[in-house]
Amino acid sequence: MHEMTIATALVDQVCHQAASLGAARVAEINLRMGVLSGIARSLYFCFPSAARDTLCEGARLNIDEVPLTVLCTYCDAIKTPAALYNFRCPDCGRPTPKVLTGREMQLVSIGLVPLDGIVAVATAQDEKQQQTGTR
Amino acid sequence: MCGVCGCSYHGEHHHHHDHDHEHHHPRDHHHHGHARSEGHVPHDLVRIEKDILARNDAYANANRDRLAEAGVFAVNIVSSPGSGKTTLLIKTIEMLKPMLPVAVIEGDQETSLDAERVRSTGVPTVQINTGRGCHLDAHMVGHALDDLPLPRNSILFVENVGNLVCPAGFDLGEAHKVAILSVTEGDDKPLKYPDAFAAASAVVLSKIDLLPHLDFDADRCIAHARAINPDIAVLQLSARSGEGMARWIDWLIEAPGLAAQTQGAAHCHA
Repeated sequence: MHEMTIATALVDQVCHQAASLGAARVAEINLRMGVLSGIARSLYFCFPSAARDTLCEGARLNIDEVPLTVLCTYCDAIKTPAALYNFRCPDCGRPTPKVLTGREMQLVSIGLVPLDGIVAVATAQDEKQQQTGTR
Repeated sequence: MCGVCGCSYHGEHHHHHDHDHEHHHPRDHHHHGHARSEGHVPHDLVRIEKDILARNDAYANANRDRLAEAGVFAVNIVSSPGSGKTTLLIKTIEMLKPMLPVAVIEGDQETSLDAERVRSTGVPTVQINTGRGCHLDAHMVGHALDDLPLPRNSILFVENVGNLVCPAGFDLGEAHKVAILSVTEGDDKPLKYPDAFAAASAVVLSKIDLLPHLDFDADRCIAHARAINPDIAVLQLSARSGEGMARWIDWLIEAPGLAAQTQGAAHCHA
């Protein structure tokens, strides 16, 4: 159930950034989610509802899943446990409570559509100048 | 004004206007021939690199600072519905009250029934109703703190919404999370709901007076909990019979952080 809270927190944060940058709307949202967050699939499902009637409506959600890695202090090495939630070193069997990756829930970047006629025009000119080598 | 609900929250405000991100730049545009067709829209990619729950974490950190400064030790109690949280809490309060001041924040979807039960012990209690929400968040708890006396060297119990899934993911600013698992629930629960046990400093096996009537294997349950969280403290008790309660009270008094937090704060403000 808390995926809706997370989707709403995500939409709020993205809309805040998009509005402060003067965007017309958000085209894509790129996330980094650890496997332990466990909500990637449900986030795809509930994101459209959270995004309705906001700058995020219609945005594409891309989720980059981060695998679980732990630090084994005995082997002094970064390991991948045999299963999720089995926080033991796969080689020496000792407990490895220190999770290095796998708990992430990060907003990495957002794709913004500029307001028509302002940034877009400047872009076209900029591109033309680049092509003609006048810059 | 509070950025979450629009109320006039007068606590710490954490608005994130980080300006270290790239502002959109004309040359960052993705160029596609057909604007706004089939999802191919020319747009600027802006790097953000921030936690999705950054706002909850900011409120949680504000709560944690406030509690540390006040010298209050906060315990966030998470469990499934029906594990005996409220009964344990009432027994715990009765035992702690002669030793130190206690306050309670009660979280439930609806009703103030639990708050009324806890209030009957005579300690200050605030009820939060989350409505359709499945967990308490740090912002709600921040508001509840406004309505509670927070005397130095006191203990604050936050009884989360009965739910073993969602509350695990939301930091409230507590010193410790404690997961309660009643022996009527099944000894494989730590494996089935690992997040709650991974996030907790201690697990309480409650209702152990019922063990003779059940197939619950306490040792297996503890082994499962330790597979998830090798450092977790384990306390077995029955609020009804009183067995194991003294050890639980000792844990609360001596819990890592309690002494340091309260003495440290008392020292600073002496």
